[in-house]
Amino acid sequence: MFARLLYESFRRQKRRKLLAGIAVTLGVAVATAMIAVATDIGDKINRELRSYGANLLVTPQEDTIDVEIGGVNLKPPSDGNFLSEGDLPKIKGTFWRHNILGFSPMLPVNTSVGTAAHAQDVTVLGTYFAKKLVFGKEQFTTGVENTHPWWKVDGSWPGDDGDDLLVGEHLARKLGLRTGAMISLAGEGHRIAGILSTGGAEDDQVITPLHVAQQILHRPDAVRRVYVSALTKPEDALARRDPKSMSGEVWDRWYCSPYVQSIAYQLQEAIPHSHAEQIRQVAQNEGTVLSRIKGLMLLITLAALFASALAVSAAMATAIFERRREVGLMKALGAGNFAVAALFFAESTLLAFLGGLVGFFSGSWLAHRIGRSIFDSQITVQPVLFPVIMVIAIIVTFAGSAAAIRRAVRFDPVFALRGDA
Amino acid sequence: MSASSPITTSVVERRARAPHTSMFLRMLVRAAVLRRGRAASALLAMVVAAAVATAMMNLYVDVQAKLRKEFRSYGANVVIIGKDGASLPPNVLEQAEKTLVGRGMAVPFAYVVARTTDGQSIVVVGTDFERVQKLNRWWSVSAWPSASGQALVGMRAMPVVSPDRKPFDLTFQGHIIHLTATGTLQTGASEDSRVYLPTNEFVGWTGVSPSTIEIAANGSAEEVNSMVGRLSEALPSAEVRPVRQIVEGEARVLGKTRATLYAAAILIILTAALCVLATLTGWVFDRRRDFAIMKALGASEGLVSGFFAAEAAALGAVGATLGFLLGIGIAAWIGRANFNAPVVPRFSVFPVVLAGSIGVALLSAVVPMSLLRRVQPAIILKGE
Repeated sequence: MFARLLYESFRRQKRRKLLAGIAVTLGVAVATAMIAVATDIGDKINRELRSYGANLLVTPQEDTIDVEIGGVNLKPPSDGNFLSEGDLPKIKGTFWRHNILGFSPMLPVNTSVGTAAHAQDVTVLGTYFAKKLVFGKEQFTTGVENTHPWWKVDGSWPGDDGDDLLVGEHLARKLGLRTGAMISLAGEGHRIAGILSTGGAEDDQVITPLHVAQQILHRPDAVRRVYVSALTKPEDALARRDPKSMSGEVWDRWYCSPYVQSIAYQLQEAIPHSHAEQIRQVAQNEGTVLSRIKGLMLLITLAALFASALAVSAAMATAIFERRREVGLMKALGAGNFAVAALFFAESTLLAFLGGLVGFFSGSWLAHRIGRSIFDSQITVQPVLFPVIMVIAIIVTFAGSAAAIRRAVRFDPVFALRGDA
Repeated sequence: MSASSPITTSVVERRARAPHTSMFLRMLVRAAVLRRGRAASALLAMVVAAAVATAMMNLYVDVQAKLRKEFRSYGANVVIIGKDGASLPPNVLEQAEKTLVGRGMAVPFAYVVARTTDGQSIVVVGTDFERVQKLNRWWSVSAWPSASGQALVGMRAMPVVSPDRKPFDLTFQGHIIHLTATGTLQTGASEDSRVYLPTNEFVGWTGVSPSTIEIAANGSAEEVNSMVGRLSEALPSAEVRPVRQIVEGEARVLGKTRATLYAAAILIILTAALCVLATLTGWVFDRRRDFAIMKALGASEGLVSGFFAAEAAALGAVGATLGFLLGIGIAAWIGRANFNAPVVPRFSVFPVVLAGSIGVALLSAVVPMSLLRRVQPAIILKGE
């Protein structure tokens, strides 16, 4: 009898059930999408923040100080120590290798650049553009195209193994150089693959593949510094502590958290005779911006959850309130309060379940679409979210119906049937 | 009979004196008062929807300004340098500040290469410490210099100029300056191998005036661009350029955040509107007996439709007003909790929320009305 009542109620009141069902479905869909986006937004924005460039700098350990103004090095280039290029792929062997999105070695050299018209002293910067490297079995591509996304090339990026190079915008204007022209560096001819615009010191420099700069310096394998771009966790109290003062367990926790400090420590371990330091301008600000955006999404998600809970409750209350006559009839036929309440609760649970199911999947689809269209990457809905969402949906629907059910049960059947209630 | 009852007369008189619209108004008010529960749940849905819509619209506008402020902690987004290595004209800082008119901060930097007593080269920078402190908030400084003869020494420069933290001498073109290192500076970049001095002492020692001015300009990308344009106009002898690394990074992160916020706002507002639709449709449908009675008593189609429309509109208006106030509260709370600064209420949002609420309310009245219109009043009254 109970099952039949339930079945008939859904069969005969399609419109009302549909309306309440739509409310539940929408509420759940929005809640799922918002939770999925909010949990993933930290990672997504962290990746976007990488467009500010590298947040770590690796230099030789016993380095002499730079004498550099506006990107022009005033020190004889052979001074000081160098890192070894051969050690660089080891960066991909560190504990947090998956968080390291890319790195670019730099080797500045002062030399004279010759054109058909005249010669001039310039800074030549050797680097990787998009170099293919191998560490163990892993192949990866790294270079300035990845770590310095604001570098724009008019023309094409040169290959890392060729002799072609890029000329900074200002320098090119000053010397009247164009893409495709030939210039000579330290006596050797090179083709200009493109004109580089960065808005920084590189606009006055010549950018070459690393091996070209090494040849000019007569130091194969030499690298002056390495810029590393890594996904990090915002700094907290543990991150700021001195690792030397930590006890074993705390140290493990520090080492295994992707703080910028612990990644710097691991880079130092991986590259012999190196010193790794966070670039504070990028690393320090990342944390605040990230936590602001994450906080904002969290609060909006809370507001969205609250709104959809209230909306679902209102819709459920309406649906039950419309059915006083039914309650009156049931009670006149001898049904107890419990039986009536049980029927209504069973109905709302069923509604919550169906609405929650459809809502969860449409919400996942929504989150997926948002990830695709805004961040160009996947937003995955954690499967663990499914039971959580279902339980929340059922609780909210229950809570929303409870007050209305209590009121409906308390009606005097006579008044309810007469339609006076 | 004529003397029958002064009471009846007075009631008749009172009713006659009452304005003609009062019946319409009374029906509206009584409907809400008698069916408090129903009206309240419909109103609740309306209020929640309007509140969420208000909060999202307020946040959408205000959060960008708030985030931009956070992004300014990345430092300068515009630099002014001399054209082709030439030095800047002496009044350039005043000129730049006049153009900025408080919409940003300009910090001068002057550079020379000096020698230590052991003959090592080192870059010495003259700048305004008070401004640099505000511009480059990521600088980790143990103690800022406060008196003359004090310098800020970079982490890596420290062992070179003063390994045992004693006072040290620097020479530039034969001129010697005596300095003490008050604090060390750590940034992880080229600043670490430099020595910083206050501008006046620097100029007194070297006679070199600032060659670079770094500017943190506030505002959106377009505003910063137009600021760059105005600065280059005001300073024809200098080169003004945006710091692409900062400007593009900010534009990118802000753009993504805005898009996410926009998607969230649309989703939430849409849900709220649809739930209002569901609730109100049920409410109007539930009153089909009133509808039938009115028609049975001879009310015209237009009057009945007008009545229900007025009822929906009133509900929408009241809901929108309450919701607007609530929404402003929510937005202010989110602003305070996340940005430590309240979101300024935007009253320009109100007409949009009001129109939207009334629109949704009317829409949810129209659907059941068109269904009911096709049914004979007698059938509804019989309860079938």
